[in-house]
Amino acid sequence: MKDNLNLNLNVNVKVNATGEVAEEEDIKAFGFWIYLMTDLIIFAVLFATFCVLRNSTFGGPSGRELFHMPSVLAETLALLISSFTCSLAMIEVHQQRKIPAIAWFAVTFILGAIFLSLEVSEFFELIDKGNNWQRSAFLSSFFTLVATHGLHIFIGLLWMICAMFRIWFRPFSAFHISNLFRLALFWHFLDLVWIFIFTVVYGMGHLL
Amino acid sequence: MKNFIFGKLTLDAIPHLWYTIAATVSIIIMMVVSVLFLTKTKRWGWLWHEWLTSTDPKKIGTMYLIFAALMFFRGLIDVGMVWLQQSIAVNSKGYLSADHFQQIFTAHGDIMVFFVTMGIFFGLMNWIIPLQIGARDLAYPFVNSLGLWLTVAGGILINLFFIIGGDFANTGWLATAPLSELEFNPSAGVDYLIWSLQLSGLGSLLAGINFIVTIIKERAPGMTLMKMPLFVWTSFFGMLLIITAFPVLTATTLLLWLDRFFGMHFFTNNFGGNPMMYFNLIWMWGHPEVYILVLPAFGMYSEIVATFSQKKISGYTSMVLAGFTITVLSYLVWLHHFFTMGAGPEVNSFFGIVTMLIAIPSGVQVFNWIFTMYKGKIIFASPMYWFIGFVAIFMLGGITGVFMASPPADFQVHNSLFLVAHFHTMIVGVALFGSFAGITYWFPKIMGFKLNEKLGIRAFWFWLIGFFVSFVPLYLLGFMGAPRRIDRYDASTGWQPLYITAMVGFVIICGGVIIQVYQFIVSIRDRKQNLDTTGDPWNGRTLEWSTPSPPPHYNFAIIPTVTSRDEFWQMKKRGEHPQLQKEYKEYKEYKDIVLPKNTAMGIYISGFAFLFSFAVVWHILWPAVIGLIGTIVCMIILSFDEHREYVLTAAEIAKIEASRVQG
Repeated sequence: MKDNLNLNLNVNVKVNATGEVAEEEDIKAFGFWIYLMTDLIIFAVLFATFCVLRNSTFGGPSGRELFHMPSVLAETLALLISSFTCSLAMIEVHQQRKIPAIAWFAVTFILGAIFLSLEVSEFFELIDKGNNWQRSAFLSSFFTLVATHGLHIFIGLLWMICAMFRIWFRPFSAFHISNLFRLALFWHFLDLVWIFIFTVVYGMGHLL
Repeated sequence: MKNFIFGKLTLDAIPHLWYTIAATVSIIIMMVVSVLFLTKTKRWGWLWHEWLTSTDPKKIGTMYLIFAALMFFRGLIDVGMVWLQQSIAVNSKGYLSADHFQQIFTAHGDIMVFFVTMGIFFGLMNWIIPLQIGARDLAYPFVNSLGLWLTVAGGILINLFFIIGGDFANTGWLATAPLSELEFNPSAGVDYLIWSLQLSGLGSLLAGINFIVTIIKERAPGMTLMKMPLFVWTSFFGMLLIITAFPVLTATTLLLWLDRFFGMHFFTNNFGGNPMMYFNLIWMWGHPEVYILVLPAFGMYSEIVATFSQKKISGYTSMVLAGFTITVLSYLVWLHHFFTMGAGPEVNSFFGIVTMLIAIPSGVQVFNWIFTMYKGKIIFASPMYWFIGFVAIFMLGGITGVFMASPPADFQVHNSLFLVAHFHTMIVGVALFGSFAGITYWFPKIMGFKLNEKLGIRAFWFWLIGFFVSFVPLYLLGFMGAPRRIDRYDASTGWQPLYITAMVGFVIICGGVIIQVYQFIVSIRDRKQNLDTTGDPWNGRTLEWSTPSPPPHYNFAIIPTVTSRDEFWQMKKRGEHPQLQKEYKEYKEYKDIVLPKNTAMGIYISGFAFLFSFAVVWHILWPAVIGLIGTIVCMIILSFDEHREYVLTAAEIAKIEASRVQG
């Protein structure tokens, strides 16, 4: 288990007869890192288009007029705290304690759901006032970037439901823990992307 | 209600034009014939269990190659139609409408790039990379199968418009915005193009991740990075380009689709949209894509030259560095595709200079190949013919490339046939010739017998002569001012003789293709005479030749320990050819091997993704929802399946190995 990318597979985990399981799960984590980097490039394209089209409001409202900072701040806090609780859940997973692990994942899930519902309600508010994605190129790029992140969060939430089921019904195995490890990685990754969205979309939109 | 069930599908979508009817009938005939054949010979179970659901990279590689070959014929018919139109459409409409003509060259470009060239490369990489690095499998066998089936789903989608719709995109292979926007292109053709690229692009991305992890993590003990064969190196660089460039393609075509489906304004003329952004984004993917198409071919040439010169490759380190330099530079040149956009002299100069710089590492590679041949004992087998032809054509392509890298010169030939001739020189001369060389070279490893050499060389001459007869007139036409993609022209231009010459070249190339098909038939018929019993028909240098031909499904009964670059060559020198070793057959040496089970999940997921894409093309909600939920449910089921592997015991391996040695 040389350079195992912080997978921290617990020594108690049963390794199969050939002793190859730990290494195999390690390889999965490595591939998942590469996948995250490709996903990051998709986000990079969306950020670039947003920055190009930021001022192409076509006579419509700009970000400064539209963004409601308190609710955005609430979203951000929910997501940042969820990243922390996700880490707590992973600590419990490595200790192989089922109930606390599920509890922390449940807290993470609830925070993620709060984030998502705040975001969706923000979208509905914009659409209700006629500022939908057809209004201007700026709003097209705003909705696309933020909703793509939201879609990732939604997938993360689905994954988390599966993860809680699995913790409850299945024993901790290397296969199982590495799956949870990748979920945590995915969740932190989305947190990171959100920090950039907060800065580039909302922060710059509000100030500049 | 009708809208809910059929979306935008109407009765107009059924085939009613001569070419859609002809294509539909031929597709139906092909399907009926294959169904009858499989039922008659009772091969359905065999096909499903042995092939379609297989996770063995060798079988997946073969399926990629067969798929690419099928698509190659589709692309070839397209180009024949284009050239016929251009030969006869003087002062007249020709035999195709302008719209139909545009659809054909669009389809030709997409099919040849995404499904033929990339298909062949993925096929050969699946076969050869695990063997060359001394691995039993790729890192993610299931992902490999999924990548194949997503690519196939994309390939089906790009051909489906014949049966349903009747319209393909008429925008050029990159779906140029704003022409591809709903305003100018309301039919479903562009959506077919977008979703075909989404599916196959995702497949390529998954394959890219898989190969990178495989090359980094699964090498045999002792094979350090600088001991890897050059084909592994260049494929690695190609895959690096894939994982960085293909997400850009996915995002860009998705934005175009959002414009078309949700009425957004990324690339529209109105509401603040920015069409030039589309050019920037699509070429940020498009230029690395060019090198994705040529880098693996460079690696194949390196293997072939070293083997047939019976000498180690000259300047190994500089070859690796050259490959790496090309990889990095290819990200920094995308703007040379639209110097005429008017970005200003500073920007154009930067991109022009970087483009010229690429000639340096390319030159390093060519000189190293030539130095490898120098004082080597060269064997002129047919792969070597393809290589020599490639060097000649590559010179032409390189010179015209550097010529166009200069912005003032580019302004003169921008979007002319000169450009078309240049990139065909590169893709046919480098990628396709490389594919043919590679297929001929590795064919005995794949099938267990050699291809007929005489016919192979004959096919080469047809291709080489046909190539020059086709494309030299296009260079001349470019200088005479002929723009690309025109369906008719005036007789006073004086272009017709050159167009007809190009058509003649196409006929010669077709002669080459027919000889190649005949070569396959003859080689299979006479396989007993060309059998490869040693596993090493060319006196090879790298590890793939140390296995029997074709290799057992676990590749290596015992994973070799690597000590040098041309490991197999050194093994033979030391008298340690594994096939000839007595101990190799002994039971004690073997250990249990863990191998991936077959899985149909790749087919199911691709099937649902295909359903989703098709539904989105026609704006039908309910199959889209079924496709999406089906995909997610399949993923969840898969994530709960912990038993994806089985163990092949040492005793079974011993039995297989012993039977092979005796047989």
